[in-house]
Amino acid sequence: MSKTEADFILSTQHLSKGFKGFTAVDDVNLNVSRGDIHALIGPNGAGKTTVFNLLTKFLPPSSGKILFNNQDITSLDPAAIARLGVIRSFQISAVFPNLSVLENVRVALQRKEKNSLHFWTSERVLNKLNDKAIELLASVGLESFAYSKTTDLSYGRKRALEIATTLALEPELMLLDEPTQGMGHEDIDLVADLIKKVSQNRTILMVEHNLHVVSKLADKITVLQRGAILTEGDYATVSANPQVREAYMGTETVDQEVSA
Amino acid sequence: MRSRLAILVLLGLALAAPLVIYPVFLAKVLCFALFACAFNLLLGFAGLLSFGHAVFLGTGGYITGWLMINSGLTPEIAIIAGTVAGGLLGAVFGKLAVKREGIYFAMVTLALAQLVFFLYLQAPFTGGEDGLQGVPRGKAFGLIDLADNQTMYYFVLAIFLAGFWLIHRTVHSPFGQIMKAIRENESRATSLGYDVNQYKWIAFIISAALSALAGSTKTLVFELASLTDVHWHMSGEVILMTLVGGVGTIIGPLVGAGVVVSMQNYLSGGELGNYLHIIMGAVFVVCVLSFRSGIVGQFNKFRRNNF
Repeated sequence: MSKTEADFILSTQHLSKGFKGFTAVDDVNLNVSRGDIHALIGPNGAGKTTVFNLLTKFLPPSSGKILFNNQDITSLDPAAIARLGVIRSFQISAVFPNLSVLENVRVALQRKEKNSLHFWTSERVLNKLNDKAIELLASVGLESFAYSKTTDLSYGRKRALEIATTLALEPELMLLDEPTQGMGHEDIDLVADLIKKVSQNRTILMVEHNLHVVSKLADKITVLQRGAILTEGDYATVSANPQVREAYMGTETVDQEVSA
Repeated sequence: MRSRLAILVLLGLALAAPLVIYPVFLAKVLCFALFACAFNLLLGFAGLLSFGHAVFLGTGGYITGWLMINSGLTPEIAIIAGTVAGGLLGAVFGKLAVKREGIYFAMVTLALAQLVFFLYLQAPFTGGEDGLQGVPRGKAFGLIDLADNQTMYYFVLAIFLAGFWLIHRTVHSPFGQIMKAIRENESRATSLGYDVNQYKWIAFIISAALSALAGSTKTLVFELASLTDVHWHMSGEVILMTLVGGVGTIIGPLVGAGVVVSMQNYLSGGELGNYLHIIMGAVFVVCVLSFRSGIVGQFNKFRRNNF
């Protein structure tokens, strides 16, 4: 895929969001290049998740525009944005706990079948999606859990399942909200490798706290502070920026995290 | 194979029951069971707690009753008309209610149902406080005279089975799969590209129409349509039946309706009649506090753990 400077899959223009006098997101012009893994970092309360909620319209912006593939999507509702190929994950793992692991993936596959409003046909028509679902589960190493109840999975596996479900929709753009939050070391590496693997042929925008993961994965980093963009660039540029060191991480933390 | 056998046994029992038990009582149980199953479709499988479902039961009853008295239509047409009326009312109320979530959804449904209650209290065609009395049962398809209680029971059984089958099919359909996903995690369902309100709305309409079907049938059984069926007490009662039987299980509401209706019939005739509401309230409290999954839910758990 040819990548030019202007080939932005997603951009925002003067995106702002205020909550009763408090400005959570302040004039953000974010440009995500096609094919990148783009990380959004910043201290707690910097507005990262709010930006995510604005991009997917789970919150309406106060002002500004959102463009996806140069199409203005500012006025669309969340489900319509998802149908365009922008699929998000959530900070807490977003699975359907009382459905089986297989059914979780099938719920996503089912959308393109266009039979989801059919309440008069048997669910057996969905069985033809099982092979595809198993294949997707295999790609995240969950095929042996296909018939388990989802609530019984470990936290790391739930996140892997979430990624498999998202992949089922073949999204052009994946938005991952803190995919490694609350995980142990082994799980973090597992999920980081998985993200790297699925980033082929698609664009990923992720909010991430773990700088080790960011340094390993991200092509570009945007640092948010108090709702506004502080700086942008690759990991070396961003971590060398004195403002970032001071405002976000504290000088020592950066060195520790980099060496870790 | 075993579940198929169980269904056959239950069906056999249902067919033989009126030989032993008073058929009008059995028909009443089936009407309430259908009502509770329809309600459970919404609460148990779509995760929506409606506090105004009596309005659909009552509307079905009034429409069918009025048509039977005034139009000379056959009972199955009058029942279909009542069901359609309930479905249409459900489409309007559902459209308004699904815009809200949780307790607000419950409040919207309650408010709308109360509105209609007072309308029915004043409107001439409902007979106000008196209700519609002496509704003729008529001849089904113009052939089968329903005046005989036993015949009436089998007619109700057929309607119940059709309604129950539709609920079962809805739960186990591609639509049902999405409905359950929405119950489990609504924002995730949205983020996968599903318009969740559309799914909730359709579930609401199906539930409302089947509640009206129950009401229409009940009117024929008792030859009476009254304000009791539209009162908010009735909306509470169906919640009680569903919870006692087991919310989110297919068969639970049927068991719950059986238990509640039996208790009402047994107690109101005896010396404990004055304490009926206290006893029902106590049952409700015990149920919510100690076995939240209801009789059937608890039984399923017991079976899983021991066999």
